Amino acid sequence: MWDIIKSSTPEILWAGIKYTIPIAVISFIIGLVIAIITALIKTSQPRGNAVTKSLWRIVKAFFAFYVWLFRSTPLIVQLFIVFYGLPSIGLQLNAWTAGIWTFSLNTGAYASETIRASISSIPTSQWEAAYSIGMTYRQVLFKIILPQAFRVAIPPLSNSFISLVKDTSLASTITIADMFLVSQQIASHNYQPMLMYSIVAVVYAIFCSILTILQYFMEKRLSRYIQAEGE
Amino acid sequence: MITLSHVDKQYRDHHALNDVSVQFPEHETTVILGPSGAGKSTLLRAINLLERPQAGELTIGDLHLNFADNLTSKQILKMRRQTAMVFQSWNLFPNLTILENITEGPIYVLKQSKEAAETRAHELLKQVGLDDVANRYPNQLSGGQQQRISICRALALDTDFILFDEPTSALDPELEAQILRILQDLAERGHSMIVVTHNMEFARKAADRIVFVEDGQIEFAGTSKEFFEEPTQRIKDFLAAMKL
Repeated sequence: MWDIIKSSTPEILWAGIKYTIPIAVISFIIGLVIAIITALIKTSQPRGNAVTKSLWRIVKAFFAFYVWLFRSTPLIVQLFIVFYGLPSIGLQLNAWTAGIWTFSLNTGAYASETIRASISSIPTSQWEAAYSIGMTYRQVLFKIILPQAFRVAIPPLSNSFISLVKDTSLASTITIADMFLVSQQIASHNYQPMLMYSIVAVVYAIFCSILTILQYFMEKRLSRYIQAEGE
Repeated sequence: MITLSHVDKQYRDHHALNDVSVQFPEHETTVILGPSGAGKSTLLRAINLLERPQAGELTIGDLHLNFADNLTSKQILKMRRQTAMVFQSWNLFPNLTILENITEGPIYVLKQSKEAAETRAHELLKQVGLDDVANRYPNQLSGGQQQRISICRALALDTDFILFDEPTSALDPELEAQILRILQDLAERGHSMIVVTHNMEFARKAADRIVFVEDGQIEFAGTSKEFFEEPTQRIKDFLAAMKL
């Protein structure tokens, strides 16, 4: 048994470094950008004349539809539609691209709600104080509101990231040779499913534990200003 | 000079400002008095457009706007930059240090250099006796200290007018006296200030002019002397009610 562990673990780890981690990290970063844009659009007030107002409402409705769509359908179904379905209407994506986009859009939909909630958790008095100084909307948002909102958002966003790391195992269903697919392949050769899937489970657990530790340090750093004297 | 003319602000079931016209001269301290819910804060907040009246006009210096117009964010910004504001619960930015709280406006709005803004911030902090806390965060300070910082934040903008929205209502009497002393000092140095407060002693000592608001209307606007020495019956009642 020890020999099997010794020979297969590096292979699984390598798949993790080559696929699982990059897919999770890239998708999370793209997802976060999508989430911030979506949250800002969803919380914005339509302004200007009647035409721009109704255009803005259409844009808002589109983003609301996107969030609804990705939260209301299973991730694996989304992956299958993007990878196996879209080619039949002429949009051929390789597994890597299809995976990254699906994971990004899925994460973006969930994280946008996290960010929306954390922005609205910042009291209006903070907006007012910043406006009274003469700051523009963008300055208020990026210098005053978002830094405070991110502190609130770190725990739920970490949840999303940890879920995403584990969800990347679904990439195996669209032919990406991630950790889970590699362990499946090895198991089908050596007939040791219990052992192989346990190994891959441990590797996922290690990855996620590292993230939990990172979350702890990030929270600590972003919360330095709320600590009272002497703490 | 700040001029509000025929300003009207209506909430769903409440007429907060009813055809209000009033002027605030430069280099004078105007105290806005009146019972709770009279519209004092709404009046003050209309000046920097934190409150958007449905009708009326606002003139600050040579800038002019009509509240009924579809105002662009540029117009609003320009008007806002004519004044600074000190809030009842100070509203410092908790994610920034004390120094950054004060220099944020000068650096990003007035485009001053970081060095110039910081030098000025340290000067202001010395004036209020708090230079030693420059690198701390607001939550590490007491309410009175935070309010002094927020006065520095407003002063750093070097605006013609500073608006004070009940700056001492959230403080205990000792700290209140401390803040009012700073305000009085600013008044004596000729700053243009508009102060909403319930503190009659301050009004008596520091105000050049008094604006008395009730039910969304201006009951009285004139010199402090007139207000206290030749009060109308309504003002007499109000003054009597303010005494224990």
